[in-house]
Amino acid sequence: MRASYEWINAHAVLFADVVPLAEAFTQAGLLVEQIDDPSQAITGKVVVGRVVECVEEPQKNGKTIRWCQVDCGDYNPEGQPTRGVICGAPNVCVDAYVPVVLPGSVLPGGFEIVSRKTYGHISDGMICAEDELGIGDDHSGIIIFDPCLNPQVGSDALELLGAKDPVYEIDVTPDTGYCLSIRGLAREAAQVTGGVFNDPYDTPVPDTVSDGYPVVLDSEDCVLFVAISVGGVDPDAPTPEWMVRRLKAVGVRSISLAVDITNYVMMESGQPLHAYDQTTLQGPIRVRKATEGEKITTLDHVDRVLSKDDLLITDDSGPIGLAGVMGGLTTELTQTSTEILIEAAWFNPASVGRTYRRHYLPSEASRRFERGVDAGVAYAAAMKAAELLRDLGGGTISSKITVAGSPRTMPTISFPDWTLPGRILGIDLTKEKVIEILEASGVSVVPDKDGWILTPPTWRPDLVDPYDYIEEVGRKIGFGVIEPRIPSAPLGRGYTRAQKARRAVLEAVAAAGFAETIPLPFISGSDLDRMDITADDERRALVRIANPLSEEQPYLRSTLLPGLFTAVNRNTSRSLSDLALFDCGLIFRDTNTGPALMPDVSTRPSQEEVEQLFARLPHQPRHLGGVLTGEWLPANDRHPGEPATWVHAIYLAEIASLALGTTMVRRKALKAPWHPGRCAELGVMKDGEFVTIGWAGEIHPKIVQEWNLPARACAVEIDLDALIELAPSTGQITPLSKHPATKQDLALVVDEGVPSATVLEALREGAGELLESIALFDVFMGTQVGVGKKSLAFNLIFRAQDRTLTEAEASAARDAAVAEAGRQVGAVIRS
Amino acid sequence: MSDKTELGRLVAEAQASFETASTMDELRAAKVAHVGDNSPIALANRGIADLPKEDRKEAGQAIGAARGAISAALAQREAALEVVEMEARLIAESVDVTLPVSMRPQGGLHPVTGLFYEMCDVFVAMGWEIAEGPEAEAEWMNFDALNFTPDHPSRFMSDTLFLDPPQNHKILRTHTSPVQMRTLLTRDLPVYIVVPGKTYRADEYDATHLPVFHQLEGLAVDKGLGMAELKGTLDHLAKSMFGSDTKTRLRPHYFPFTEPSAEIDLACFKCHGESVGNPDRACRTCRSEGWIEWGGCGVVNPRVLAAAGIDTDVYSGFAFGMGVDRTVMFRNGASDLRDFAEGDVRFSRQLVGVAR
Repeated sequence: MRASYEWINAHAVLFADVVPLAEAFTQAGLLVEQIDDPSQAITGKVVVGRVVECVEEPQKNGKTIRWCQVDCGDYNPEGQPTRGVICGAPNVCVDAYVPVVLPGSVLPGGFEIVSRKTYGHISDGMICAEDELGIGDDHSGIIIFDPCLNPQVGSDALELLGAKDPVYEIDVTPDTGYCLSIRGLAREAAQVTGGVFNDPYDTPVPDTVSDGYPVVLDSEDCVLFVAISVGGVDPDAPTPEWMVRRLKAVGVRSISLAVDITNYVMMESGQPLHAYDQTTLQGPIRVRKATEGEKITTLDHVDRVLSKDDLLITDDSGPIGLAGVMGGLTTELTQTSTEILIEAAWFNPASVGRTYRRHYLPSEASRRFERGVDAGVAYAAAMKAAELLRDLGGGTISSKITVAGSPRTMPTISFPDWTLPGRILGIDLTKEKVIEILEASGVSVVPDKDGWILTPPTWRPDLVDPYDYIEEVGRKIGFGVIEPRIPSAPLGRGYTRAQKARRAVLEAVAAAGFAETIPLPFISGSDLDRMDITADDERRALVRIANPLSEEQPYLRSTLLPGLFTAVNRNTSRSLSDLALFDCGLIFRDTNTGPALMPDVSTRPSQEEVEQLFARLPHQPRHLGGVLTGEWLPANDRHPGEPATWVHAIYLAEIASLALGTTMVRRKALKAPWHPGRCAELGVMKDGEFVTIGWAGEIHPKIVQEWNLPARACAVEIDLDALIELAPSTGQITPLSKHPATKQDLALVVDEGVPSATVLEALREGAGELLESIALFDVFMGTQVGVGKKSLAFNLIFRAQDRTLTEAEASAARDAAVAEAGRQVGAVIRS
Repeated sequence: MSDKTELGRLVAEAQASFETASTMDELRAAKVAHVGDNSPIALANRGIADLPKEDRKEAGQAIGAARGAISAALAQREAALEVVEMEARLIAESVDVTLPVSMRPQGGLHPVTGLFYEMCDVFVAMGWEIAEGPEAEAEWMNFDALNFTPDHPSRFMSDTLFLDPPQNHKILRTHTSPVQMRTLLTRDLPVYIVVPGKTYRADEYDATHLPVFHQLEGLAVDKGLGMAELKGTLDHLAKSMFGSDTKTRLRPHYFPFTEPSAEIDLACFKCHGESVGNPDRACRTCRSEGWIEWGGCGVVNPRVLAAAGIDTDVYSGFAFGMGVDRTVMFRNGASDLRDFAEGDVRFSRQLVGVAR
């Protein structure tokens, strides 16, 4: 809402200057986002001058300049009767009163005015247009003052232009619709600065009367409709300068007197008005709901098809207006209208809101109706408009008026405990202080036991619950006086195990050299096609968004990989190709659970309803995914660079499980989008069963190409929630043996297809309790070990709890290990 | 060979030989020559046995003294050469300590994740707990239960992303506030929780808007809570994050689920208000306004408590929420929100360790 300081002050006696008033507004919840003051951008002097002489001088370049002598009164050059100024504008003429910028002044944009020789004369100043002064965008000609403004030569032109009137840009919150008016702001300004407010709209709505134009209310969404006729209005009467200036200050353009008056009264009172050309009306006005498919052509010449929820103003010809939103074309005021019917009505806020959204027709009127118009201002506003039409347009107000319906009654509530405002606000408040504030806000306060019976004024539909009144008290005192107190929370148990686990994983993964990304979690169906994900894959259980941000990505992600691949593309387009990125976030899988409940909110839903509210949602586990491309380790003086491979994709998952104290196991798997020979299924053993938690490896070369990824890109994705669930919660400490260990190396030959982990596990099993650790340190394939065979070399460390092992004991354990590997996978010692 | 002059000569010869050895190898050769099995002194030693019995003692003492002198000379030279050789070795082994070490290029948490941890730590230290909830949520939990009327504009499809079909009343949560209701429905009172999480709006995607962003929500419901406790809590958070001289201000505002409602502004911790009306000292952090809009807050609307079946005559509460992406923007000077979502590897590398 834009509001000028001058207009606010016209309705209130205030003791606050421009900036303090802005601060008071902000403290009261009316955030002043900006104060526009065009005169602040001008330094120097702009005075009113009268053109005494104007000589046209055609130039060689085809232009015509005008050599003017301007009387600037006290600002004429010493001893001269006039000031000589060159002017290019065609509308300059003798006897025109114009703004003259004196030399030495600087206009907005740093444009400095100097006395200079041009076109053969000394131009000693500048006659200017609106845009040059920064007070408008008109550049069609110079400003010529209306003689009715009584311009005085040598007086301050900016003041005459209203450019010295600062304008507030105020963010009015949805509950303070009454502040979408000068009247509402003046009332607040007076209350919070200790001034006096004079309400120009305090005439109450008279009792229902139908002497004037007939009006029938046929919908509960319109409870009040005031109609006042004004006849014999001069359609050519101009809008006075003061009204144009005030309207301009609040951002409304002048159109014609009648339209300007309806806008002016709306801005001042907050009551939207509509003006009909009464001669175009046919039969009584009827306010009713539309029938489905009914049509109207609105003022903007658009044919609109209506819904049965739209509220209409109609006459015998059919719809003549979308109530509170926009008038119809057939009854519009024209340049020749003289008989005017003014409408001031009260429409249901929700109904207006739905209609203007349905038809994409936000307007100053619909915005006010949606936020709640003063239920009692309709008559005063309509009458004010009628009086202005009479005074400024020479019209005659019909003595017969119509008031259909009556103002809605404001809800009275019981406020049980007068101490509640002080306790909730944390401010020491006496009973008298609370009453004083509420009454100053227009609330009727009637004592009742320990509290009051409260009724809000007609302009405060937001005051409904006791806490609304508490806020009103706080708003008027200002939250600045609240003394902070730290509440003492009960003993907390800190982060949950899962929260600690997740943080440990992410910090470990980041410390290992992976950079976190948080891509937008939307994907397209073709993303899955491009990853060769088959129709029966669980990642196809997609959750679709009804109104996606982009029709190309209508689904919530069912896997983290498309987002990571897209991030890779972004990086490579910026010449960044050595990448190790990760993402940790929810993925979404449709579970076909049916509609979510919408229980009543006046009480707690039943336990069954609560459970259903929680259960009827998509499955949303938290996944951890990573992608690697280019080099894992850069080359340096000691070694060449190490490319990122499938090993490093697994490494990310290993880091995660290590951070949780879990042992991850792997087996070879076929899974899109991974390379069929280089894909590991990752799991955790639980009760002897392999529980899958994800996959890792090199991306299938075809998919690498399809997504335009760097060659041999690798990726991993695991269900982090599942991994955390499977992690041990408490570790176990065993006594450390103080005896020396015995080391043994071992090379076994097995078939090439036998996984090394299987051989290692067989050795571990066979070696028994004396085996402290076992590690593979070499794999060899070649003719020496035979075709289709491979040699695996292990390092085994044996140690006993209670004694130093002999070589014989260690060898016996080793032999047992070899025997078990031989039994399980046909391993033989490499000769 | 018991002649003292002769022994003196042997000692002098050995000493001279050791002294001229300039390396350990030369010294070892000299050692063989002068103390080895076939050295004159060793031969003299062995010759003692052939001397007449009465001469043996004296000769033994003389030879022993000579051997001692030679050994001492050897040891002395050995020690000296060891120092020389160690010095030479250390010089030879010198490296360029500014060469790169073998390290993975740096990783890092996303600044939003890091800030979540920092903010949550402040609350956990006060005894609060961390609550979480799903991103795809029941419309009731996100709106109705929080006192949004059925016609509230933010429920329209122009603002909120709905799961298909929309009549199933499931949405992508537009704030972390549905976790307020989840918490009130599942936990015993009193409740002191913060909620870090991802939120969704049908918003633009540009330098200052993200359709998917992050919020930190707080909720406390207990006996006797109001605006004073809200202000105390937010002041503590602000001081923990921006320094102990940080000032805040509460400004009346409107939210359906709090009443009274306020916005919390931070006094600019960079310019301390000195940029206001002073173009020469323009401040990017607060856009020369002196205050930074940080988030929304207020006393929990009793209607919200009632929807969870809580006795509003006994309990009251306060709630607050702030955008974490925006907080990173003004706290760490990020200028383009698109960087937060694009996944450029350089972005998350910028804020690591204590510099988060």
